[in-house]
Amino acid sequence: MSAYDLAVVGGGPAGVAGALTAAQAGLRVALLDAAPRLGGQYFRRLPETFHATREAALHHGLDRFLRQSRALRSLADVLLEHRVWAVERHGGLGDFVVHAVAGDREERPVTVRASALLIATGAHDRPLPFPGWDLPGVLTAGGAQALLKGNLVVAGRRVVVAGTGPFPLPVAAGLARAGARVVEVLEANGPLGLARHPALAASKLGEAAGYALALARHRVPYRARQAVVAAHGDGELTHVTVGRLDRDWRVVATRTVECDTLAVGYGFVPQVELAVQAGCAMGHDLDGSPVVSVDAAQRTSVAGVYAAGEPTGVGGAELAEVEGRIAGHAAAADLRSAVHLAAEPPGTAVHRPAEPPGTPAHWAAGPAGLAVPEPLLRRRARLRAFAQALHRAYPVRPGWRDWLTPATLVCRCEEVPYEAVREAMDLGATDARSVKLLARPGMGWCQGRMCGYAVACLAGELPQAPRRPIAQPITLGSLERMTDDPS
Amino acid sequence: MADVIVIGAGAVGAACAYYAARAGLDVTVVDRGPVAGGTTGAGEGNVLVSDKEPGPELDLALLSNRLWRELAEVADFEYEPKGGLVVAETPEVLARLEELAGKQGVEHTRVTDLRDYEPHLAPGLAGGVHYPQDAQVQPMLAAARLLKAARERYGSLRLRTGVTVTGVLTSSGRVTGVRTTEGDILGGAVVNAAGTWGGEIARMAGVELPILPRRGFILVTEPLREPLVRHKVYTAAYVTNVASDSAGLETSAVVEGTPAGTVLIGASRERVGFDRTVSLPVLRRLAAQAVALFPALRDVRAIRAYCGFRPYCPDHLPVIGEDPRLPGLHHACGHEGAGIGLAPATGHLLAQVLSGERPDLDLTPFDPGRFS
Repeated sequence: MSAYDLAVVGGGPAGVAGALTAAQAGLRVALLDAAPRLGGQYFRRLPETFHATREAALHHGLDRFLRQSRALRSLADVLLEHRVWAVERHGGLGDFVVHAVAGDREERPVTVRASALLIATGAHDRPLPFPGWDLPGVLTAGGAQALLKGNLVVAGRRVVVAGTGPFPLPVAAGLARAGARVVEVLEANGPLGLARHPALAASKLGEAAGYALALARHRVPYRARQAVVAAHGDGELTHVTVGRLDRDWRVVATRTVECDTLAVGYGFVPQVELAVQAGCAMGHDLDGSPVVSVDAAQRTSVAGVYAAGEPTGVGGAELAEVEGRIAGHAAAADLRSAVHLAAEPPGTAVHRPAEPPGTPAHWAAGPAGLAVPEPLLRRRARLRAFAQALHRAYPVRPGWRDWLTPATLVCRCEEVPYEAVREAMDLGATDARSVKLLARPGMGWCQGRMCGYAVACLAGELPQAPRRPIAQPITLGSLERMTDDPS
Repeated sequence: MADVIVIGAGAVGAACAYYAARAGLDVTVVDRGPVAGGTTGAGEGNVLVSDKEPGPELDLALLSNRLWRELAEVADFEYEPKGGLVVAETPEVLARLEELAGKQGVEHTRVTDLRDYEPHLAPGLAGGVHYPQDAQVQPMLAAARLLKAARERYGSLRLRTGVTVTGVLTSSGRVTGVRTTEGDILGGAVVNAAGTWGGEIARMAGVELPILPRRGFILVTEPLREPLVRHKVYTAAYVTNVASDSAGLETSAVVEGTPAGTVLIGASRERVGFDRTVSLPVLRRLAAQAVALFPALRDVRAIRAYCGFRPYCPDHLPVIGEDPRLPGLHHACGHEGAGIGLAPATGHLLAQVLSGERPDLDLTPFDPGRFS
């Protein structure tokens, strides 16, 4: 018997909403997250010691999230500072084991067992390499936001924000509000990405307009078809080369801008390794990212495993919350019907698909979406359409490869320059995996989370779903003491 | 039209192609994937003489050991002649290790104070045997750079990646080439260097080769600033496991550092077909055994794990030579977990066969016809 009905991995908008919905429906729920507080990347929280009263000003929808978090804590077990490194199907269907390590200095292995699993692991930044991107002072947009939301030491910095899509806007606005001097914001694509889809963007445009207003108030120029194509400095960032780009992002002219901080963001990479471990079918999103395939009720191809938020396709916090809620409803309904079916006395005349004994019938063949309130499904459809529109409006164009020099590091962990990637391909590597085997990009500490997208592009393929049997580093001591019996 | 078509661009295929090109033959290498994408890309790069029982495989390993040293002058593939250290937990096991070493007749030193060799080894071990000839290569680079060196030096080598062989062409009972997804390739001889998938290629040619996959997992740690492990260090149990016929899971501690600073931890052996599902119990056992050998590894983090499929034959010997059942068809596969180590000797001997020379070693024990 499982200790929990549902284990949720990830404490961002999707995980919290999913866990809360399932708990309110009566499921025994455990939620695990690596951070010391709930919030994920989007609602990354100030350390408790700040007692920030104006924290809500930094976040859209924070009040709502905090209400959900409080409610969740009274209804479910919230396991913070638990880094999940593996999930496995233990016995048969409906028996999952989540392996985590808890604590920081004194790491200890923790095992959580549950009948169902919700993967709500969010996404991480998708940087593109360019000369100098490894200099101190160069951050990912998400990293800059984390800095901003995490400890607020940006005042007085001279910042350039560059990338594509809507995400750099709140980063720039937040930095400006926190006292940084944001010199300019650079959008590598055209200026009209959002406005081209006004009908879809109704609510989001309001948010974007807010950021635009904030930027205008701080006199921050916003320039389209421009990007930082090189960063310079002796030991730390002092200035950048800004390129004016053609439609494919090839540089047509350059100028120099002085700055000591650069935040760059070219989208996000969904964190899907736990879904890959669980054996879930994968697909590709419009932006090329490997994503977990789900049905209308957020069910993956593996019975009992659900996914919500960015792992099913990057779409932002609001969509993540809606998907989390749908997954919570679906898990509750599926488990109820599984229990209901299991409780029937043997021999009752019920039509059921032929399945091995012990298979929850509903998981294998259940009609999707029945248990989910219709308005949620409509909101999800609208938000997904918007997310897809953003992917179309703000693609990564191939011209960025021309920004690289032979010495530009592609993989920072293993310090692999672009020329080594090219040599690997010359030696007979034909995909990202063989480039990695020959030249080591992605072999280091981050296991390709940072460079994986770029290496796949350079190798001429779509990024493949990452096979990472160890999703988080774990000491050999913890691995040795890992147990299959839940604590 | 090529003189030789080599199927498989792993370490063994690359070595066959290299020596054949060096012998003046015109070579085409085909692989359905990239270079070194199969078992070569899923191992540790062992070049061992220490783990072989006296006999034909040890002879092959000794020849190969010498050839690897020569090849390291030809191309850069992180060749490290670091030596192997086999450790024994008890005096009885140590006595048996020494007896084996004596029978092997290879260069070795009896070690009583293991910490002279490996300062971080756990206390309480009985002793060990040091084999200075054991070495390690980066196997993917080795395969890729050997192919490149052959191309540059001898100019008679073509590498065709992403080309899948779908059939073996014959005429009047002799091999004349291969059918591929990119059309037919004609050649006077075909070398089956498809490793774990060598049985499939043989079947296409209408002959049986009993090659099956044996799964092995390897754990990789974070890069360490100071090397913790200097040699290839393994326990005596590895020697017995290598020759084992058990279908169940067997593990033994094999621990070694790499030039990148990571520590590789093996070795597990299971016969589970081509199943890539990660087995956490296997990873746990590998971690436990490594920590027992090197207690300092307890606080070192594992960041990666991978598995590969080693091609094994019922008698644990590779298949090397022309197939008596189909003239022109040559095999160079079935090397189990020793394919990297044995690759140069395999390639060298097969090139001699292909050139009509008498091979330096008697190939009878590796004869493809021995199973029928």
